[in-house]
Amino acid sequence: MLCDNCKERDAVVHLTQIVESAVTQLHLCEKCAAEKGVETTVAMPAHPLAGLLQSAQQQATSAQGDAVRCAFCSSTLRDFRASGRLGCAHCYGAFEASLRELLRRVHGNSRHAGRRYEPPRPDLLERDSTLGELRDRLRRAIESEQFELAADLRDRIRVLE
Amino acid sequence: MTLDLSLLPDGGTRWLDASGEHANVVLSTRIRLARNVEGFAFTGRARDGERLRVLAKLRDVVQHVPSLTNGVLLRVDEMPPGDRLLLHERHLVSKELAGLDAQHPVRSGAAVILSDQVGVMVNEEDHLRLQALRSGFELASAYAAVRQLDEELGGRVPFAYHQEFGFLTACPTNTGTGMRASVLIHLPGLVLTKEIGKVLAGLQQMGLTYRGLYGEGSEVVGNFFQISNQTTLGQAEEELLDKLVRVVRHVIEREEEARRVLLREAGYIIEDKLWRAFGTLRYARSLTFDEAMNYLSGVRLAVGLKLIHGLSVYTLNKLLIFSQSAHLAHSEGRALTESESNLVRARYVRQALASEAGSQG
Repeated sequence: MLCDNCKERDAVVHLTQIVESAVTQLHLCEKCAAEKGVETTVAMPAHPLAGLLQSAQQQATSAQGDAVRCAFCSSTLRDFRASGRLGCAHCYGAFEASLRELLRRVHGNSRHAGRRYEPPRPDLLERDSTLGELRDRLRRAIESEQFELAADLRDRIRVLE
Repeated sequence: MTLDLSLLPDGGTRWLDASGEHANVVLSTRIRLARNVEGFAFTGRARDGERLRVLAKLRDVVQHVPSLTNGVLLRVDEMPPGDRLLLHERHLVSKELAGLDAQHPVRSGAAVILSDQVGVMVNEEDHLRLQALRSGFELASAYAAVRQLDEELGGRVPFAYHQEFGFLTACPTNTGTGMRASVLIHLPGLVLTKEIGKVLAGLQQMGLTYRGLYGEGSEVVGNFFQISNQTTLGQAEEELLDKLVRVVRHVIEREEEARRVLLREAGYIIEDKLWRAFGTLRYARSLTFDEAMNYLSGVRLAVGLKLIHGLSVYTLNKLLIFSQSAHLAHSEGRALTESESNLVRARYVRQALASEAGSQG
C-alpha cells in the first residue's frame, strides 16, 4: 500500500483519525508520518535488515520500487523487508541495484573475493538425475516383485555408473 | 520411537573429547558454509514439494560424495520434538532446523546428514548448511574438512552462485563465502575482572561478533561466548579465518592474564568462590540448568587454575551437554517435568564429580 500523502513510498503507519465523529483511515510512509509529527516508533522495520535496505534503496542510483517482482519466485522487495530473507537466487538479479548497496553496507564490500565456483557439467547432472530416477524405479520394482524389470534396471544403472 | 544416538558416528560427541588445541579454554570450533541449490526457491519461500525435491537430489548424489559416504541421514521433520531437541542440545542441528521455535515449526524436508568429520543440514534457512565441528581451537582442520565437502558436493549439485556476489544465500548477511566460522570459548577470568566488555567491543571493531552458547539469538550462559566472523563478503575465506585466529589467540592471552591477576590480587576470594561452586555441584539435590552451567563454569576455571585435580576437561564438557533437559529425559527413558529434571540433573552431576574428583580440598 502506498503512502496517502506522497504516493511514492510504502505506507508503514496506519492511523485511524476521528474528527467530529467522522472516522477516516490514513496510511503514511515513515517520512511523511514523521513530518506530520506522528510517533513512528511502533512502525519499526519488521527486521533489522529492513532499515538498512530502506536507506540502501534510497541511495541506490537506480532505486527500484517495491513493485518490481522476481520473475522466478515472485517475491518483492517488500517481502524481503518483512522477512529479512530473499525468496530465491534470482532475487539477487531482480533487485540487483538495491542489494548491491545493501551488501556494501552490511559487509563493507559487494564483490566476492573468496572461492570461485563452476557448477558441474550438465551431462554429469543429467546422469545423476537419471541414476536417481532409475534407483527409485528399481526400489519400486523390487517392492512389487517385478524381478525381470528389476534386473533390467540394475543393468542400466551399472552402465551409467 | 526415541532416537538411537549410537547410530551416529561417535554418537555425535567427538567434539567434546577435549583433544583440540587450547581445549581447556576453547570448547569447540565450528565452520559452516551456506549453500543453495540452483533452480529451487530458497527454503523459506519453497513449497513442501520443492524442499522434498532438494532433499531427494541430495540423497541421489550422497554416495558420490566421499566426505559423506559413511554418514547417517536423519529426517528431522519426522522426529518427535524430544528427539529434535536432543540433536540441538548436542549442537548437531540448529534451533531453526529442529523447528523448536513456536513461530517456526519444523519444515517438511528438514534433515541432517552426519558423517565422521562433517555434516550437512538440509532445508535450514538455506538449502544446505555444510558444517564441521571440532574439539578445541581447530579452525584449520575444520576448514579443510568443510572445504573438501564443499568441493565434492558442489561438483555434483549446482550451487546458486553469482560472479560478483559469490554464493547466494537467503539472508544477505551470509552472501559471498557463505562462511561462518565460530569458536566457543570460556572466559570466566575476563568476566570476573570486568574486562569482558572491552574485549567484546574490540571484537566488533575487528569485524567479528559474539553470541551465546547456542548461536544466533541465544544468551550468554556459563561465561561461554561464541566468537565468529561478522561479514562474509569481500574477503577470501582464508583472510576471514586468519583474522579470527589472530583475534581468538589474543582473547585467550587476555583470559590467561586475567586469571593470573585474579589469583594474585583476590586469591582467597576466588578460591572460596570456586570451591563453593564445586561443593554445590558435588552435593546439591536439585539444580536448574542455569545454576548447573554457572557452577560448572566455576569448576572449569578451578580446573584451569589447578585448584581442583583429577577432573578431566572431557568430563566437564560432557556435563555441559548431558545435563540439558532432553539429554536427561533420554537417559531416563521418559519425559521429565521441570522439577524432575532438576533432581535428575543434580544426581547426574553429583555422580560424575564423585567418580572423578571424589572429595577433595
